[in-house]
Amino acid sequence: MMWYFLMTDAFTFGAFLISYGSIRFATNGWPDPNEVFRSFPGVPADVHLPLVFVSLMTFILIMSSVTMVLGVAAGHRNDQKAVTKWMILTIIGGILFLSCQAWEWTHLHGEGAWWGRNPFLNADGTQSTTNFTNFFFTITGFHGFHVFSGVIINIIMLIKNMRGDFAKRGHYLMIEKAGLYWHFVDLVWVFVFTCFYLL
Amino acid sequence: MEHIQTAGAPSTHHEPEFSTKPIWRTFWILLGITAAELVIATIHLKTGFPPKFVVNGIYLILTCAKAFYIIAEFMHLRHELKNLIMTLGITCLLFVWFIIAFLYEGNSYKELRNRYDPYKVEQSKTKVASPEEHGPAAKKPGSAE
Repeated sequence: MMWYFLMTDAFTFGAFLISYGSIRFATNGWPDPNEVFRSFPGVPADVHLPLVFVSLMTFILIMSSVTMVLGVAAGHRNDQKAVTKWMILTIIGGILFLSCQAWEWTHLHGEGAWWGRNPFLNADGTQSTTNFTNFFFTITGFHGFHVFSGVIINIIMLIKNMRGDFAKRGHYLMIEKAGLYWHFVDLVWVFVFTCFYLL
Repeated sequence: MEHIQTAGAPSTHHEPEFSTKPIWRTFWILLGITAAELVIATIHLKTGFPPKFVVNGIYLILTCAKAFYIIAEFMHLRHELKNLIMTLGITCLLFVWFIIAFLYEGNSYKELRNRYDPYKVEQSKTKVASPEEHGPAAKKPGSAE
């Protein structure tokens, strides 16, 4: 059933991203993402590091996906201790990603970007529309909410695992299902990363 | 979906091939692709050599490659029943039409507007004098907070 839920979720995200693409194709100018996303925490504002921070976020999410799948593999071996360890690492990865996103949102908000206002100019120096920020905050926000609920689900799975529920049951299928959801979140990020930061 | 048959009998737990080696290999592939995207982006920024549409094509291919690896290995779909793979895969083909149709639609809207709305074209060609003027301070009165 998890697969069918993820399928519907994929279409929700797909609809969001395609409407973004459609609006972008219908607009004459668009801001250059390398100009907008070029900051890194702790680095002075005049040092421009395009794409570095978001690559770090991608790395964190891929890493937490790896720890999750290692947790699932440990569940296949009925190794309760190892499942606990990998679940904790996955949760840490998820929280790190959310913190990065919180920093990025705060930073952009500080630069004057929010729903309904867009301080960035188009790549050719003309006035930009607010579609850019609207789509950015809506889609990364929706994705961030998925990460958040994924972290909550993982915490619940961790508690159930530490209480020995899965060991009693004899299999770790719930871990596997939570893992599917978590990988899906990673998968969506791959597309969000491409659509907003690279293209 | 495979596990439905075995759910009642956990002792018959299968898939001895669920080893950690392919997981790490997949991780390195994903990391490598992301690093490659970064390198391409940096080269494009510094020299502008590969034209933007070529770079975008490369990004899209690499993104699909990453998606494939995540779904096949991390989500373990490659090792599931063929029927499940088909159910999901064929439904995903809808996305092909979905993307082409809507991007075409957007482009056609832009062309129509550029042809029939000269004011819009003029506005989209006017450069903004200084970025500071249109920063956070120059918020439009009606803009949402």
